[in-house]
Amino acid sequence: MRLAELKNHQRELYHFQLRIGIAAIAVSVAFALLAARFVYLQVIQYDFYHTKAEDNRISVVPIAPNRGLILDRNGVVLARNYSAYTLEIMPGKVADPERTVNELADVIEIQAKDRTRFRKLMQELRNAESIPIRTRLSDEEVARFAAQRYRFPGVEIKARLFRQYPKGELASHVIGYIGRINQAEKEKLDEEGLAANYRGTDFIGKTGIEASYQQELHGAAGVEQVEIDAAGRGIRTLSRTSPQSGNNLTLTLDIKLQEVAEAAFGDRRGALVAIDPTTGGVLALVSKPGFDPNLFVDGIDAASWEALNSSPDRPLNNRALTGQYPPGSTFKPFMALAALELGKRSASYTISDPGFFSLPGVSHRWRDWKAGGHGAVDMHRSIVISCDTYYYGLGNELGIDNIHGFISRFGFGAKTGIDIDGEKSGLLPSQDWKMKRYRQKWFAGDTISVAIGQGYNLATPVQLAYATAILAANGAGYHPHLVARVENARTGEMRSLESSPERGASFNPAHVALVKSAMVDVTRPGGTAARAGAGAPYTFAGKTGTAQVIAMRQGEKYDEKRVAERHRDHALFIAFAPAESPKIALAVLVENGGHGSSVAAPLARAVLDYYLLGTQPESASRPADADDEEEEAD
Amino acid sequence: MELIQFTPRRIIARLSAGIDGALLMIAVALVALGLATLYSASYDLPARVTGQAMNLLVAFGLMWLMAQIPPQTLMRFAVPAYAAGLLLLIAVALFGDVVNGARRWLHVGVTRFQPAEVMKIAMPLMLAWWFHRHEASLRAREFFVAGVMLVVPVVLIARQPDLGTAVLVAAAGFYVIFFAGLSWKVLLGVGAATLAGLAPLWGLLHDYQRRRILTLLDPTQDPLGAGYHIIQSTIAVGSGGIGGKGWLKGTQTHLEFIPEKHTDFILAVFSEEFGLVGNALLLGLYILLIARGLMIAANAPTSFARLLAASITLTFFTYAFVNMGMVTGILPVVGVPLPFISYGGTALATLFVGIGILMSIHKHRKLVQT
Repeated sequence: MRLAELKNHQRELYHFQLRIGIAAIAVSVAFALLAARFVYLQVIQYDFYHTKAEDNRISVVPIAPNRGLILDRNGVVLARNYSAYTLEIMPGKVADPERTVNELADVIEIQAKDRTRFRKLMQELRNAESIPIRTRLSDEEVARFAAQRYRFPGVEIKARLFRQYPKGELASHVIGYIGRINQAEKEKLDEEGLAANYRGTDFIGKTGIEASYQQELHGAAGVEQVEIDAAGRGIRTLSRTSPQSGNNLTLTLDIKLQEVAEAAFGDRRGALVAIDPTTGGVLALVSKPGFDPNLFVDGIDAASWEALNSSPDRPLNNRALTGQYPPGSTFKPFMALAALELGKRSASYTISDPGFFSLPGVSHRWRDWKAGGHGAVDMHRSIVISCDTYYYGLGNELGIDNIHGFISRFGFGAKTGIDIDGEKSGLLPSQDWKMKRYRQKWFAGDTISVAIGQGYNLATPVQLAYATAILAANGAGYHPHLVARVENARTGEMRSLESSPERGASFNPAHVALVKSAMVDVTRPGGTAARAGAGAPYTFAGKTGTAQVIAMRQGEKYDEKRVAERHRDHALFIAFAPAESPKIALAVLVENGGHGSSVAAPLARAVLDYYLLGTQPESASRPADADDEEEEAD
Repeated sequence: MELIQFTPRRIIARLSAGIDGALLMIAVALVALGLATLYSASYDLPARVTGQAMNLLVAFGLMWLMAQIPPQTLMRFAVPAYAAGLLLLIAVALFGDVVNGARRWLHVGVTRFQPAEVMKIAMPLMLAWWFHRHEASLRAREFFVAGVMLVVPVVLIARQPDLGTAVLVAAAGFYVIFFAGLSWKVLLGVGAATLAGLAPLWGLLHDYQRRRILTLLDPTQDPLGAGYHIIQSTIAVGSGGIGGKGWLKGTQTHLEFIPEKHTDFILAVFSEEFGLVGNALLLGLYILLIARGLMIAANAPTSFARLLAASITLTFFTYAFVNMGMVTGILPVVGVPLPFISYGGTALATLFVGIGILMSIHKHRKLVQT
């Protein structure tokens, strides 16, 4: 019994020790597995995890440079930056952005439009590090969020620079605006190898100077290496390269003159371009209606965008550069000079105007604007009273290719090269052009209407101003430009962008003098713009024009009152002064304004008066006061 | 005079009575590594180090106390300890405090404690006693009862929910049953049945437990959420390399990338700063500890002592393996501390009670049975 028990006990002990052995093997296998895992992580994958740990530790933070300022010729600030706090959500660190936004709304006011913008940006900027949910936080809001910050990992307050256009709508088509970099722009920057310099920058120039001088204004991004903890909080800066501010731009534009011009337009649509004929510097460039570029700075809201986009007045359209209009009678002085230079007419050559012109073998009658005609008309008179019949005959004799050849020297039919984007080239027709465009032969009749600035003829207001400046400078052409100087914001070094003339004075001075004297008489008693020119203490050279919007059937009489407002003729006026040594040349276009003499010419007078005499016209005084108030508010 | 002269030596002799030098040295080495690592991990909470030192004093006291208690005496505590533990678990389920979404704590006067910890010792104690008592007539019925005694508290603990402790308690109980001689057939059968039962068990798991298991399979699925701990800890371990970044120089640790860096994830700190060399040392110490424990078990005189010693030893292994496995990303994150290293008084006390029991069993190995 005892032996059996002992034997039993021995067997049991054996079994136990066997299982201890098995356990020891199991432990060895398990620890071998761990050891293998350690070797895998710490030896084989060491490089990978080492890099990961460094990535964890050091964050390379780009620092966006300050955007350059835009100043007018007298140093008045047109575009500047201000610092404001934004509340931003980092999509990569927030599981459910919508919920985070809802929770944030308990702490800080978030409007429906903020949510809309946030959603839109979430879709557009899928790779963005952080997306603003609120901009321009007040100090109180910043404090309130700071107290609740622990509740919102992945949400941060950031100090950002915002663009501001202190003059609002004034010169909005010149300055343009900036907006968030979109996908297409991002890809373009990548292609141009500029992506690195734009890291940390959210905005880019979209239109106007802001767009065409983007590179100058942008500057160079800085970079900061920051040691961070897992929560993304910076602990200390390891190294820092400061960003370089963008360059400041000084425009040739005189903002006061611009203001006078815009005020003179009132509620009318149209464009005005004033150029210094001795430099090509643009003194004023108006396209009415304008828009408030400040609306675009932190993402335009849908309602404002809709309003701007769907308005029949097309306020976002820069008429001065993209509006193509028949130059109408403003074309006549150039035609007159062509006739003189090409030897087709002398000053004394006189026609007897019956009130119409007809071609042999063609039944069509090209009517003069004045029924019954002007009687005896020489070149001087043809400009002063704007005789159509004189130019019908002249055009027919010159032929379209001669017209094209000479008139293109004034820049018609080609882009002027002004330094903002989107310019249209207008149209100065030729036989070649018609063949290419319509696969049709040029008819002699086509030339007749071209000679008075109608027909296929199209010009942009900036082209018209450029042509006027060339005429004023006796043929010397300076490309119109808006930026006079680029100032390096750090060194203060100035770089002039004023160009040398494309070509020097090239016309016979006697011929130019003849045309100019006729244009001066346009604004004197007996001229088409006599009322606008009344009492001008300087020699005021001008030419009125009217561009047809709808074609008139043969024999139909144009009745301004019966035609719908938008089908009325466009009023045009070109001018320069003082005629003996012009300081300013301009072109005015008033859409559906009717006659150039009644609407466009007084507008030009207001601009000339201010520029040459410094006098404020009555109608412009009110907005000027408003501007003063604004400056005080700053 | 003589008495006074001899008193210190006698005190030392009295104090060292029953203390196993080998076990003590291994434990002290582990604890020293633990304190050094904790010091590095606690640059922001220096009180943790002194706190852990206080915990150690208590733990050494408990170890010494347990080493003085002969296994026969200990056996008498088996049933009351188990019964008390079970009652406390039921009490927790009914009246426990909820901390961090888990009902684990029980208020006792001014302090709170986790009754589940009691089960880590009470469970093997109870089952060893049970098998010892039925030593002569072990049949399927005994194993079945043992199985029930194991499952009930484990389910209570898992429901708190405290998956880590449930795993440890279940392992401690299972080891006793295994060493008691559960037939391989049953073992394999139960194993297969457990696997088959995993599907319905999935339904019983809490969401966060399921997420833990799912993110274990692919931590990158949720890099900023549930997978964050595992990704960051594997980065810390891997970036340690062979030699480590050096003591107090772990960037992951010091830049707050490691969650729970004082407790469950302290191995990430250790591995980052001491590298593969440190890990080899750590594994070596655990192997020595387990080898010593298994040796004590193999030489233990009674069934009770054998089973208890073997279970306690393998529980140390379970602690170490589960914790290291989870920090290195091969096991789910279940909240098991690294034995002797992690910060935490209760776990340390339980571990040193286990060491004390092993010492006692070793000391009484020569006592004749019956």
